[in-house]
Amino acid sequence: MSALIQTQGLKLAYGGRTVLRDVNMSIAPSEIVTIVGPNGSGKSSLLRALIGAIPPVSGHVLRKQGLRIGYVPQTLSIDTTLPLTVARFLNLPVRVDAQAAATALADAGVPELGARQLGALSGGQFQRVLLARALLHKPDILILDEATQGLDQPGAARFYQQIDAVRRARGCAVLMVSHDLHVVMAASDRVLCLNGHVCCEGAPHVVADAPEYRALFGTGTQGALALYRHDHDHHHHHHDHDHNHAEKEPAQ
Amino acid sequence: MMDDFIVRAALAGLGVAFAAAPLGCFVVWRRMAYFGDATSHAAILGVALALATDLPVFAGVLAVSLAMALIIGSLSSRQVSPDTLLGVLAHSALALGLVAVSLIDGVQVDLESYLFGEILAVTAHDLIVIWTGAGLVLALLAWRWQALLTSTLSADLATASGISPRREQLILTLALALTVAVAIKVVGALLIAAMLVIPAATARPFARTPEAMAAYAIAIGGLAALGGLAGAFAFDTPAGPSMVTMAAALFVLSATFAPLLRRG
Repeated sequence: MSALIQTQGLKLAYGGRTVLRDVNMSIAPSEIVTIVGPNGSGKSSLLRALIGAIPPVSGHVLRKQGLRIGYVPQTLSIDTTLPLTVARFLNLPVRVDAQAAATALADAGVPELGARQLGALSGGQFQRVLLARALLHKPDILILDEATQGLDQPGAARFYQQIDAVRRARGCAVLMVSHDLHVVMAASDRVLCLNGHVCCEGAPHVVADAPEYRALFGTGTQGALALYRHDHDHHHHHHDHDHNHAEKEPAQ
Repeated sequence: MMDDFIVRAALAGLGVAFAAAPLGCFVVWRRMAYFGDATSHAAILGVALALATDLPVFAGVLAVSLAMALIIGSLSSRQVSPDTLLGVLAHSALALGLVAVSLIDGVQVDLESYLFGEILAVTAHDLIVIWTGAGLVLALLAWRWQALLTSTLSADLATASGISPRREQLILTLALALTVAVAIKVVGALLIAAMLVIPAATARPFARTPEAMAAYAIAIGGLAALGGLAGAFAFDTPAGPSMVTMAAALFVLSATFAPLLRRG
């Protein structure tokens, strides 16, 4: 198996309700894959299944033997009662030497933050620290779950440039979920469009020609309206799941 | 003779403070204060169980507190507001325990000693139990420290690193039940949660890392235990509540002066 990670007939449920079904996907070494889709389409659930946080209802997640995953979560709410410096955070759960921590911070673009309190960082700094932590153990694949949530457009663009630089320097694969569609699509080798199942996939220009993708971008916004319209514009005759996707996740 | 029971009381107080303070940091970080309340209130039910079956009080309290903590842990993931559920369980456990103790025939029970502790009556044997339990709690926390911190920070982050958040939760649950079992004789079921939460909350403003907060909490807990005991002798007040009063006074000092320190 040359793929780093792959799924076979994956089906996921949340609270007894199927959120994702029939997912067959794989990630090759040093590939950049982006997952797009409306709220509640199962994007985050898929990532959480890949890291092993939720067990599949049926199907399999296969990871390459000894695969090292660098995971950057969607958000991390640091409880203000927990004092934690950036340097200490990087030493969880495995202690690393100071040199490795400094290198990871530099690669993530925030070399000067080691002594700062995690809770006192700006959104952009915080996401870069999460990235640095994910880079620490030389991952084969970086998995990012809407890592630019809460960043403004220029901030998000800079963050993705950082990811791209890291990928080129280290050659690791990248799998990310994003709402910043046009920023991300340009940098991706492959795009996976989810809506309770994989509704289209391929190289960015292939997906860009798909009616689903055009529906996403036709309005020129990335707001909920465009995503909602996308949801209703494509017709699969086997759509047996309900269309009330927006209810499953709070509005972004 | 006089010295003897004072020394034993001081050692018992320190033992409880040393175990409760670092565990209390996790209680604070994970917002489990009510969880601590429910578990410690269940201790009275454990006392009733011990009296009814001729088990040592320590064993009865440990068993019931552990059962209570496990029940809470399994229920809180379902669709009941955890806050409400814990409120229901904390007070029900206490009420049920008081009823159960009163139903036991032929035993003259001094309930007050289990509710508020009787540190001045601590025996050498009690001391061994207290320090063994406290040592176990500290060893558990030291052993799992990194994993506990990671899963406290984020369950997903822990899972991605190969740590089972569920297992770490169980370890904390076990440590909590052990602490309750050794603390009931010292501060009593009603005030155990105070020795968990107050030293940790007092330490927070001065700490920059989790380890520093735990260390300061231990020092503050120890000071509260010894200071409270001294106060109890000086003013002839009940020892357990005096220790908690001392801890509360330290918290007020910390909350008042920490902002000034930061500004300066």
